[in-house]
Amino acid sequence: MATLNILVSVCLIYVTFLFAIAFAAERAARQGHGGWLRSPLVYTLSLSIYCTAWTFYGAVGYAARSGLEYLTIYIGPSLVMVGWWWILRKLVRIGRSQRVTSIADLISSRYGKSNLLAVGVTILAVIGTTPYIALQLQSVTLSFSVFSESHVPPTELLDQDSTALWVAMGLALFTILFGTRNLDVNERHHGVVIAIAVEAIVKLFALLAVGAFVVWGVGGGLAETLQRIDASEIGKWEMRGDRWASLIFLSAAAFLCLPRMFQVMVVENDRESHLRTASWAFPAYLMVMSLFVVPIAVVGLDLLPKGSNPDLFVLTLPLATGNEGLAMLSFLGGFSSATSMVIVAALALSTMVSNHIVMPIWLSATGGGAKISGDVRNVVILSRRISIAGVVALGYLYFRLSGGGTALASIGLISFAGVAQFLPVLLGGLFWRGATRIGAFVGLTVGFVVWAYALLLPSFGSGALISEAVMLNGPFGISWLRPQAFFGIEGMDPLVHAIVWSMSLNTLTFFVASLIGFPSPLERLQGAQFVNVYEHSRRPQGWSGSAAQSEDLMIMAQRILGAREAQTLFEREAGRQGVTGFLPEPSPDFLQVLERELSGSVGAATAHAMIGQIVGGASVSVEDLMAVADETAQMMEYSNQLETKSEEQARTARQLRQANEKLTQISVQKDAFLGQVSHELRTPMTSIRAFSEILRDSNKLSAEEKVKYSSIIHDEAIRLTRLLDDLLDLSVLENGQVNLNMQRGMLMDVLDHAVSSALTGSTGKPLIVRRQRSQEMVPLNSDLDRLSQVFINLIGNAQKYCVADAPELAISVGINNGELVIDFIDNGVGISKDDQAVIFEKFARVGSMKAGGAGLGLAICREIMARLEGSVSYLPGQGGAAFRVILPVSQAAAAE
Amino acid sequence: MNERRTPLFLERQSYRRRRLIDMVRMLPVIGALLWAVPLLWKSGPDSDISTSVAIIYLFGVWLGMVLLSAVLARLLKSADEHPQESDD
Amino acid sequence: MGKRVLLIEDEPNIIEAISFILSRDGWSVATHSNGHDAVDVVLDDPPDLLILDVMLPGKSGYDILKELRETNGAASLPVLMLTARGQTKDREMAERAGASRFMTKPFSNAEVLEAVRELVVS
Repeated sequence: MATLNILVSVCLIYVTFLFAIAFAAERAARQGHGGWLRSPLVYTLSLSIYCTAWTFYGAVGYAARSGLEYLTIYIGPSLVMVGWWWILRKLVRIGRSQRVTSIADLISSRYGKSNLLAVGVTILAVIGTTPYIALQLQSVTLSFSVFSESHVPPTELLDQDSTALWVAMGLALFTILFGTRNLDVNERHHGVVIAIAVEAIVKLFALLAVGAFVVWGVGGGLAETLQRIDASEIGKWEMRGDRWASLIFLSAAAFLCLPRMFQVMVVENDRESHLRTASWAFPAYLMVMSLFVVPIAVVGLDLLPKGSNPDLFVLTLPLATGNEGLAMLSFLGGFSSATSMVIVAALALSTMVSNHIVMPIWLSATGGGAKISGDVRNVVILSRRISIAGVVALGYLYFRLSGGGTALASIGLISFAGVAQFLPVLLGGLFWRGATRIGAFVGLTVGFVVWAYALLLPSFGSGALISEAVMLNGPFGISWLRPQAFFGIEGMDPLVHAIVWSMSLNTLTFFVASLIGFPSPLERLQGAQFVNVYEHSRRPQGWSGSAAQSEDLMIMAQRILGAREAQTLFEREAGRQGVTGFLPEPSPDFLQVLERELSGSVGAATAHAMIGQIVGGASVSVEDLMAVADETAQMMEYSNQLETKSEEQARTARQLRQANEKLTQISVQKDAFLGQVSHELRTPMTSIRAFSEILRDSNKLSAEEKVKYSSIIHDEAIRLTRLLDDLLDLSVLENGQVNLNMQRGMLMDVLDHAVSSALTGSTGKPLIVRRQRSQEMVPLNSDLDRLSQVFINLIGNAQKYCVADAPELAISVGINNGELVIDFIDNGVGISKDDQAVIFEKFARVGSMKAGGAGLGLAICREIMARLEGSVSYLPGQGGAAFRVILPVSQAAAAE
Repeated sequence: MNERRTPLFLERQSYRRRRLIDMVRMLPVIGALLWAVPLLWKSGPDSDISTSVAIIYLFGVWLGMVLLSAVLARLLKSADEHPQESDD
Repeated sequence: MGKRVLLIEDEPNIIEAISFILSRDGWSVATHSNGHDAVDVVLDDPPDLLILDVMLPGKSGYDILKELRETNGAASLPVLMLTARGQTKDREMAERAGASRFMTKPFSNAEVLEAVRELVVS
């Protein structure tokens, strides 16, 4: 006998299972072997969050009330998917090339990166989605109570509100855990996606199981079930044509505009080709989902007592026929549908709220842009977490306040009609260059006002928010403004009425206002980028970066993207420009790439503003020119070609210049090499010769003097030997004759050894070494002695050259793109840009410092790391001197 | 702009791919038309279309769309593996 | 009290060796070990002889010597230059800078003594 306790524990086990899957997926993705996570199948399944608890429970109720009308909700999206070539392909392409984070971001980005528009869309999306989240909470609560009613004496009945509260809190926690772990949206939420893919299978399986049970277990086979359908009260084709058509349109529109669908379809999309698979697989999923809805509804109407809630037939039918196990499965199916929707919706909305409302406020409150101190990432993540909690809390509040009375389907349709208001602006932005920000603003406002007035407010019941008098006679007695009979056209279905008027007025005002207004250059530029996305993968730029300093940009980028991500990006871009090191030139191309990366974390409008602050906003005139050139396709193409050519030339020239500089430097150094070797050898030899002559020639030396002078000779002889050793070591390494002694060991042990060797016998201010031992548990398979030699050198340098009052060296370890990265960062003054170029050369010493070494240490380090197939490099922009050691993955087995 | 840049007579494979895309573009239109057919049916308790017939028709269209779309996706994929026209 | 020699050199062991050799011979030896303020130190209290290393932290021996030769106080001061770089180029640079005598490290103690004696007498 299933009791409520069993139900609760099944839920908990199921949720734990989801956690485990999400966790495993995240880990697999981090370690780089999560290829299966990004298969077209997972993508298709993740789209199934379209099927929420509204589908799972509500579709049957819908069918029981209105026959086959429920199919419209699934036919619309099927048409959109089958017609992917038209809209979705473009949407996904734009989403990927512009680093779009949400539908609000897309719209704001298209219409000149306007944050006002983003705020508007965000607020509307929250308003449109909150009832829907409430609906999910309600369905979970309802299904709980179905179980408890049938098994538990009424005294033990669960408090519905507290059930909903627990569910809401659990979902918020899950979303925060797996949705805000990493910031760059490009890195996608593998954990969440895989969890909803699993839930997609669970709900499909559960509904099919109930369906099969109803058809073959209760209904007596296919043919008999069909007969039973025809004999039932929904046995004849009864359909209002206007509802049929407008609901198909509505569900298609909502499918494109729902924030959660946008999240899985565009933001989480990994490869454009996945759409091709989803184009048939997702309609198939929808078809199968809706296959057994009518049989379940009909059999439910037949068997269950009159007046039982048809929204719960999926659950009550197995229960009534004594199938506890099936009922449990069905409960899990409904639970899956509800949870996956809330998780993704909360994720999508929180991104919007955080990027477009919280962050701009925070940035302007703290004095703006790039000059702020501290790590912006933490603020962004915190604001997302708070937003997630806020969105879910809002859903819960709505659930409490609305009392959970309305039939499931009507809330769903009202919500659909709300978000569908984004459609004209979205499609206009994708296909019409003339669409403007003003137009978008006007269209959206009009659409939403009409929707709220004609559909949302009356839905609370006549007399609740809109008085009965207004419903009957219109506001202030203006009869043509009656909420359900605009312009005196009566007798329309209220839903169809609202859809028709809101969409048509929305589209019309959007169109007219776009025609009248004149767009800013940035809008025209973005418009061209969106509409012609297939032609212009590389684009005219907005930034003239002459004033920008790469190092400033790097400091800002590190705060937003995180140090490692930013460094990887800068290094890659520098490489693309043909510059070695971490600082690419602030070319317009690079700035545009950077802006897109940043917009992945903080949204397009904010990213634009932040870069603008550093670069200085002299971009409009360039855009003006580009926009004019944009008008004629030929001119455009010509300039594109020119641009490519001149860029190639510039890159070649830059490479040549660098090579030449390097050659000159090397030649000077080669020349100096002999002199240097000579100097380094002669200096100790001078002391040796002088003191040995003293010892030989003078017989009046005291015993202490003899000891002192002979030990000077001894020390200088050792210094000579060490120098020769270093020289030989270097020449062996340079000639590649070195034999590596590969060993297994832990990074922590190697570092332990290096730190203690480097610090023993040191004089001067004590160097404090900060380490994070937990990250150092990395197994290595490398030449550990050589590696240790490199570490000793770097630590020793920090000790010798760090001039801070309390010298500190931070050693941090991480894994980046499958490479083991070890950073040594001290708190001194760092190394100037000129010196950075030569420190790895032989006998190069920074500035006028003379601290006992011969200047071969870093040259040896570089050679050793080259032999170990890794690298050591200087890392600019870290405050003090910073060196980065990279080991390839083959030598660092990833931490388990 | 693509049309302008590419020569008038395309290679056979590229031509096939274009017509394939035409078909992909056409598919939702066909689907919408077929699913609009119920608008012509007589509605109400005295309708001569029973729900079971309606189900079979609507799901039949659905299955057809899925199969056709799957076939087209497969063909498009193999056409893409010998790309003639890149849209990157 | 013997004649005064100022030794500007940054290697402590070499300072020790030269100081020992010269003081045993009756010279009074002062030492200084960086290039920054070497010119001031010389001008503050001009010695009878300056022994100057080339590779000094802060400022090279050549530059120090050039500056000294341009001031009245030290225009004719005898200067013995020491260098560990034994190329002819270095000798030329020393002469151009105005060195009275140029010696390459390592040197024999007798050579140094002889050079110092000659420079001060002349």
